[in-house]
Amino acid sequence: MIHFRQVNKHYGNFHVLKDINLSIHQGEVVVIIGPSGSGKSTLVRCINRLETITSGELIVDSVKVNDKNTDINNLRRNIGMVFQHFNLYPHKTVLQNITLAPMKVLGVSEKEAKETAMYYLEKVGIPDKANAYPAELSGGQQQRVAIARGLAMKPKIMLFDEPTSALDPETIGEVLDVMKKLAKEGMTMVVVTHEMGFAREVADRIVFMDQGRILEEAPPEQFFANPREERARLFLSRILNH
Amino acid sequence: MLNYSILIEHWDMYMQGFTNTLKSSFLALISSLALGTIIAVFRIAPVRPLNWLGTAYVEFIRNIPLILIVFVFFVGLPTIGIRLDSFTAGTLGLTVYTAAFIAEVIRAGILAVPKGQMEAGRSSGLTYLQTMRYIILPQAIKMVIPPLGNQFINLVKNSSVLGVIAGLDLMYFGDLISSETFVTFDVYIFVAMFYLILTVPLSLGVGFLERRLARSR
Ligand SMILES: Nc1ncnc2c1ncn2[C@@H]1O[C@H](COP(=O)(O)OP(=O)(O)OP(=O)(O)O)[C@@H](O)[C@H]1O
Ligand SMILES: [Mg+2]
Repeated sequence: MIHFRQVNKHYGNFHVLKDINLSIHQGEVVVIIGPSGSGKSTLVRCINRLETITSGELIVDSVKVNDKNTDINNLRRNIGMVFQHFNLYPHKTVLQNITLAPMKVLGVSEKEAKETAMYYLEKVGIPDKANAYPAELSGGQQQRVAIARGLAMKPKIMLFDEPTSALDPETIGEVLDVMKKLAKEGMTMVVVTHEMGFAREVADRIVFMDQGRILEEAPPEQFFANPREERARLFLSRILNH
Repeated sequence: MLNYSILIEHWDMYMQGFTNTLKSSFLALISSLALGTIIAVFRIAPVRPLNWLGTAYVEFIRNIPLILIVFVFFVGLPTIGIRLDSFTAGTLGLTVYTAAFIAEVIRAGILAVPKGQMEAGRSSGLTYLQTMRYIILPQAIKMVIPPLGNQFINLVKNSSVLGVIAGLDLMYFGDLISSETFVTFDVYIFVAMFYLILTVPLSLGVGFLERRLARSR
């Protein structure tokens, strides 16, 4: 579903992603961890071309992401993205946030878009907030709306970049629960997170990054019990002791 | 004491001028908002030649006097065979001029919208223009309503440029009445009052909108 082959990315002189090779298959849940600045966000954002790669090959859903002939909007409709700071549209209601892309990109009718939106709002547990504005919701509720907004496009892949990092501790759980449910239903998910409990429970694979490289890739049982890399060990001891 | 008989005797002229000033201002307001928005997007879109075009427009237009731009439409265009009546030429000049200032105001608004909004829109499959239209611009314009209001008030006042090319606006009729009656002060006081009838509600309206939007956010 997602294939990185020898991918490199530079910001000017700064080498952010170094020789990335990574394949993610349909239905897989891959959790990316690593210290701050290691390139996790950049890696995820390359998948839907919010960032462009400098060299190598990146294929998503059988499409070369960086090919000139690729219709990027067509590819993006199949990839949902959830951001750390939710990025809901503040001037639109919850319902309008969710129905905008289905109506404008997929061309579905307003009635159908609303029905779909309500279906996913039920699913994330806040159908009663349909007519509220984002500012009237808690962080956890906003992030669940953002997830519903992504799902309403019926994507094949969902990307999450630290979806719980901006949340109060008591609302983190409600967002993780929604993500767990999604994983169980077979959604292909790429998740950057510091929630090790979630990673352990839900991930099919952990990808550990440091300084722009993938240092280790392993199933969670193996990774958490016995990380191969010294730096991964150090990272885990630091994050688990906090 | 003001000489109200001037107002009463020339009421029709004042009204005609008032109506034309209102019409010209309204048309220029709508079109300069549209044109200014387009130029603002030109300046910001990730397409270099459009950036240059937008910057050239703003720098060129806002650095020459309005009256010269109006002359271009009124006496310049006829030399290439396009003849416009003075009202149309004046309103066009006013639009082109005001659009440069509005473009700058709206550009500032667009830049103030958090980057994540564009990313959210684009990552959902919306095109750049769709994201601009449905997500960025509505937020940008809300943020710049006070400076936008100032531009609109300036626009109404600047519409007096029509008087110079016999554009049948308030200023034009003011001049006419004054030269007929040999009265200056009173005639122009009435003209000023008519301008205030347009600009004060505009000013209050902007304030009202600003407060309402502040609450809805
Ligand atoms: N637009 C940019 N221009 C230049 N450098 C950038 C840019 N975006 C990110 N970087 C740099 O690239 C590196 C990787 O950034 P990235 O955001 O991918 O890290 P991350 O692993 O997601 O970190 P965090 O856990 O803090 O979110 C960082 O050193 C960052 O400073
Ligand atoms: Mg990051």
